[in-house]
Amino acid sequence: MGLESKLINDGFFTTTVDALAAWARESSVWPMPMGISCCAIEMMASGDPKYDISRFGSEVMRFTPRQCDLMIVAGTVTYKMAHVVKKIFDQMPEPKWVIAMGACTSTGGMYRSYNVVQGIDQFLPVDVYAAGCPPRPENLLNALMQIQDKVGKTRVKDFPDPPQISHESLQVDLSPSKN
Amino acid sequence: MKELLKEKLSGHFPNIQFEFIEQFDELTLKFDKSALITVCEFLKEEDGLKFNFCEDITAIDWATRINRFTLVYHIFSLENKFRLCVKVEVDETECSVETVSSIWKAANWAEREVFDMYGITFVNHPDLRRMYMPEEFEHHPLRKEYPLMGIPGAVPLPKK
Repeated sequence: MGLESKLINDGFFTTTVDALAAWARESSVWPMPMGISCCAIEMMASGDPKYDISRFGSEVMRFTPRQCDLMIVAGTVTYKMAHVVKKIFDQMPEPKWVIAMGACTSTGGMYRSYNVVQGIDQFLPVDVYAAGCPPRPENLLNALMQIQDKVGKTRVKDFPDPPQISHESLQVDLSPSKN
Repeated sequence: MKELLKEKLSGHFPNIQFEFIEQFDELTLKFDKSALITVCEFLKEEDGLKFNFCEDITAIDWATRINRFTLVYHIFSLENKFRLCVKVEVDETECSVETVSSIWKAANWAEREVFDMYGITFVNHPDLRRMYMPEEFEHHPLRKEYPLMGIPGAVPLPKK
């Protein structure tokens, strides 16, 4: 591999911390599986031994947003669900990326209707769209590889300033409903 | 079963006009909405009928008719294995019906759905809230005047 052959010659190599961090980050993207409907089944399939997402260092699907840096939105997002997706996305630490998986998530898909958001890019910063209904696991892996390219090219200066999230927006309203 | 049903209903309620429609091997019963509760109670309790399962409640918006909405109750008799469709008509100006959730418990959520989608209110309903749309939503999406793609801003999206 590239790293070892360089080490054999000289015993050391030079790089920047920035590039090293990006390389490490790109090689272990931890996805947050936002499985809302049928695309989630294909997302699960991409984790099984046949397609094996761990070849790309992304087998650690975390069900808590605090430990993730990639959100895979897999499924139809309704207007009611959009607030939940956004709330979970806001809880992910920077830097973070988003894959819009499938036709519904990217454009509303076949649900051209009053209750389905016509593309999650209306409220989320989407990096890669995966086409298909649902996309095959290979397609999701391809999207992941594109994300890896993007992550590897990202440098510290590209990161946005830490978001100013007020505490109110993260609090869950537990009071009983008005009626 | 069909003959028995017709006989029992006309025998027990001589003052109510029943309309029987038979289509695709299924029986539909139509009558005025003021008699809904008494007739439904009878259908559930009477020996030989025992319609004890309320499968679904929905409505039809005819848009231009005088009685704009038709409420449709699909009820089933588990004992006799017989399905019946009950229809009552509701006008837009007096858009309310007595609830049948006191007769069939399953009608509770089905009526909430009809209220959410068509704006027909159910009198004496124990918990008449919206079923699917957010609570602050002001429209009734399955009415014919509601546009397919909705009214922009009717359901707010989170900020980007």
